[in-house]
Amino acid sequence: MDLVLDGLSVTIDGKLLVRDLSLEVGSGQIVGLVGPNGSGKSTALKCVYRALRPSSGVVRVGDDDLSRLTPRRGAQVVAAMAQDGAVDLDFTVEEVVALGRAPHLRGNQALGARERELCARTMARLDLTRLADRGVLTLSGGERQRVLLARALVQEPRILVLDEPTNHLDVRHQIEFLSLLKGSGLTVLVVLHDLNLAAAACDRIGVLSHGALVAAGTPEEVLTTGLVDEVFGVKASVISHPLTGDPQLLYALSPSPPL
Amino acid sequence: MSPPSLSPTAAVAAASDAPPPDTPAKGVRSRLTSRTGLAATCAALLLVLLASVVVAIGLGSAVVTPGDTARLLWAALSGGSIAADEVTTYQIIWQIRTPRVLLAALVGAGLSAVGVAIQALVRNALADPFVLGVSSGASVGAVGVTVTGGLAALGIYAVSAGAFIGALVASLLVYAASASRGGVLSPLRLVLTGVAMALGFQAVMSVIIYFAPDSEATSMVLYWTMGSFGAASWGSLPVVAGCVLLGLAVLHRYSRALDVLALGDETATSLGISPDRHRKGLLLLASLITGVIVAVSGAISFVGLVMPHLVRMVVGATHARVLAVAPLVGAVFMVWVDLVSRTLVAPRELPLGVITALVGVPVFVTLMRRKAYMFGGR
Repeated sequence: MDLVLDGLSVTIDGKLLVRDLSLEVGSGQIVGLVGPNGSGKSTALKCVYRALRPSSGVVRVGDDDLSRLTPRRGAQVVAAMAQDGAVDLDFTVEEVVALGRAPHLRGNQALGARERELCARTMARLDLTRLADRGVLTLSGGERQRVLLARALVQEPRILVLDEPTNHLDVRHQIEFLSLLKGSGLTVLVVLHDLNLAAAACDRIGVLSHGALVAAGTPEEVLTTGLVDEVFGVKASVISHPLTGDPQLLYALSPSPPL
Repeated sequence: MSPPSLSPTAAVAAASDAPPPDTPAKGVRSRLTSRTGLAATCAALLLVLLASVVVAIGLGSAVVTPGDTARLLWAALSGGSIAADEVTTYQIIWQIRTPRVLLAALVGAGLSAVGVAIQALVRNALADPFVLGVSSGASVGAVGVTVTGGLAALGIYAVSAGAFIGALVASLLVYAASASRGGVLSPLRLVLTGVAMALGFQAVMSVIIYFAPDSEATSMVLYWTMGSFGAASWGSLPVVAGCVLLGLAVLHRYSRALDVLALGDETATSLGISPDRHRKGLLLLASLITGVIVAVSGAISFVGLVMPHLVRMVVGATHARVLAVAPLVGAVFMVWVDLVSRTLVAPRELPLGVITALVGVPVFVTLMRRKAYMFGGR
């Protein structure tokens, strides 16, 4: 199922945070959203998992206007890993993962046999089985991100949106996480900070600056010396990855006057 | 209790290729978390509650053995006959003590469950059913009615009605003051507004007492701030029972939503649970139950704050379990607190709030120190 942001604008307290953003994520594609801090990436993403209502424009999933679906129905189609990963109560890992089934269950209806199977399989795939009885508040950052991904996956969505999912992860877990995402077959819209990881993981990349989309296309088309300088204010050399051919950026610290 | 090998986690670990789980020895918690374990726990607590109720009805200035109590209660329920010399005992038990003990159980159950809901909806470990100004609002209502003689048409229920109205007005004020222009409720603003409003109501109450002509208002305030079941009667019991039991049932239906709310508002939205709509519904429900409870028993502190934490320490955080166990534990606790309150310094009565705190605080602190318990990552 494809995801289309069509002319999305968000104004909060008189401030225009996202300006006329149009972006398409084809079925099964991974599209990365990059940009400097405060460029409106998270705000745009929130419109997709409905934590925010756009001031104008629509989000379409398949043929449906997302805002016309009930919250429940919307959550059956779109799952999210938001940035507020903080949990109040000390649920066990297994319990948090099982909450991913919430949009498919009524009231306090219990999980069925197939759903318990699904949770167990997803946890095994994300190497969480041995943590099943651990309290989520005692996990490391990397473990917690995996739990949140497992929760989003058992939601069985068609579309997955993620807000900086590789934060707090070490290199190995960053790579494992994005590999998992690539293998999931889902339509993915992901906000990433690390441009090199974005280039490696995404089919297409959209670049936001001051709330507006300034470039969109394949990593090769988008990640150029000129654009990185213009949007991020950083001089970078772009080389091609010797094994994968993905564009990769090399940075050098700029000489600064002595303190 | 099911053997550990039947628990879902153990089955999963065996089925996957993962190395054997290095879980610590399966403790009370994992036994309680299985479905049969939970059902067994609730059944056991229900029996304890029943036994406590019978014992508590038998004890007082005239002591009746549990066997005789049970027989007389059965006679009352089934319409059986009793000996002529038992009539006085029967009347003490059935007309005075039974409604009182049942009220204690209902109030304990209600306060514990509402405490669980309130802590989840304002996302604060320090919240209790009275954090939204409900108890001080009720006090103002009750004292206002006493002093002005309003609502006289309601007879002996005038003061309770005044307290209920006061509680609802307080909740509405807190709600109106803390909702943003878009009508969205922020949990933190809700708590802070509630605390501020409570102080305001206390000031209003002080003014009423200051200008009140008699000392009746003063004792009324003491009654309402410390709690008592002295006014229990068969007349008011059905209303309280109906509200509390219905409220418990509705809360239990909301239990997964409460779980999801604890994951944060944005995550809740992404799981199809609108945090704001649920918060408003829960707030209304909690205010109604608390209002009814305060109207018949005053503001009994501690139970609604501590029972939720105590139960979570044992059965884990999932609300379906907490909301099944907490009301039963709260009911048992309150029945015994009431017994102590009316027997320890008889014929005088100790205020309930004093006992809940004196008994509960040491227990709570001890448990807190023994177990690594967390709320909100702290």
